[in-house]
Amino acid sequence: MDATVFGAWVATGLTLLIFSFLYKDTPLFKFAEHLYVGVSIGYTIVKTYDTVIMHLIVKPIVENGEFALLIPVAIGMLMLTRYVPKAAWMSRYAFAFIVGMGSGLAIPRTISSFILKQVEDTIRPLLSMAGPDGLTFSMNLLNPASNLNAIIILLGVSSVLFYFFFSIEHSGVGKAVARTGIMFLMIAFGAAFGYTVMARMSLLIGRLTDLIEFSDASYGRPTLWLVVVTIGVLVVLSRRAQREPPQES
Amino acid sequence: MIFLRRQLPIIITLITGLLFAGQYYVPHPASEQMLTSATKWMQIIGGFALILGVTSLFHQHAVKIGRQEAGWGYSLVLYVAMLGTIAVGLWANGKESVDGAMTAFGWVYNFMMVPLQGTMFAILAFFIASAAYRSFRARSREAAVLLVAAVIVMMGRVPLGEYLIPLSGDLSSWILNVLNSSVRRAILIGVSLGAIALSFKIIFGVERSYLGGGKE
Repeated sequence: MDATVFGAWVATGLTLLIFSFLYKDTPLFKFAEHLYVGVSIGYTIVKTYDTVIMHLIVKPIVENGEFALLIPVAIGMLMLTRYVPKAAWMSRYAFAFIVGMGSGLAIPRTISSFILKQVEDTIRPLLSMAGPDGLTFSMNLLNPASNLNAIIILLGVSSVLFYFFFSIEHSGVGKAVARTGIMFLMIAFGAAFGYTVMARMSLLIGRLTDLIEFSDASYGRPTLWLVVVTIGVLVVLSRRAQREPPQES
Repeated sequence: MIFLRRQLPIIITLITGLLFAGQYYVPHPASEQMLTSATKWMQIIGGFALILGVTSLFHQHAVKIGRQEAGWGYSLVLYVAMLGTIAVGLWANGKESVDGAMTAFGWVYNFMMVPLQGTMFAILAFFIASAAYRSFRARSREAAVLLVAAVIVMMGRVPLGEYLIPLSGDLSSWILNVLNSSVRRAILIGVSLGAIALSFKIIFGVERSYLGGGKE
């Protein structure tokens, strides 16, 4: 059997095993779930081995004589002292190095990219210069860079920040601003929800497209055969579960 | 001993933190080189962190198999899948394809990992839809706004939605690009302020939980 055809059978089978969860949490799903975790971890280990051990440590040391790389290797090894209770404190050096470096790198870059840049993009001119004639105000909602949208964005950012950060009682004008912030938040949550649902739908369509493709005769129609087998196994499991006495809790 | 166990790690954090915070403000090739090397060092040390996590998982499932606890067979499946993938991956030198030909590792990736991962996330579509059907009620003005925004974005992302509500495509883009981005921006600013405060606390030794508990 060709590797691609065999792969089509395996891929179809695994897809159907996961879909069996739509019926209920069956042993078929649990099997596929553990298989997924195992394969994913194996894949990550191999990729890390290839990227870190081979390309970042072994090759630079052997080919270019970069022996300074033994320092991070030693720091990394210190992490493994966690398994030796008497020497576990030495792992703190590795964590101290990583955390200190991460914090140091984060401060200026976060201020620059996530605060100053965001504030700069929020506080834009509310009117535009249009040639020698003077100022204009663009009302095109579909253009995110229009003046009207600039005002809406400014309003949204300010009101949401006000709702989150200003620890004063939300009454009077403050209440109106905070309520506006809540409305912006609700719209964003709704949009995020809708976007996530459609992203998942897109994945679902991808899987169904594969199942349709693998129902072709050139693959030996694995979709059709394996759907029948999966349903048959589910029926058998269901019958068996009905016959077994309920477990005492 | 207290110095080695407790104070030296804090000093290391302080020095590395200040050093790499200062690096940003020194536009010298040597400074850039230091950042490049440090990034590589982080990746190497991160690789060892993976060993910690994987060893813990190995141990957990090994105990389950050894004691033949309920569901130990699934742990065995996990073990076999993991070791099998590692074996074919090392055999193929971590390459999914060589000269355009798919390796055994590539086969595992294309015909096992991709379908499993794709389907695992795809079934969430059903559960999200089911949860939404049960819990989405326009009980208040805020809930109604959330519901309407979600429906518009969903309609605007598919041809059928745009066919039924012609404006939904433009409206969906406007919600995502203007209203949603303004909220994301505000949240990002808030999260960043928190992250900076935490970073300062870590560098100056106020926050020490990353060192773990245990004996001094």
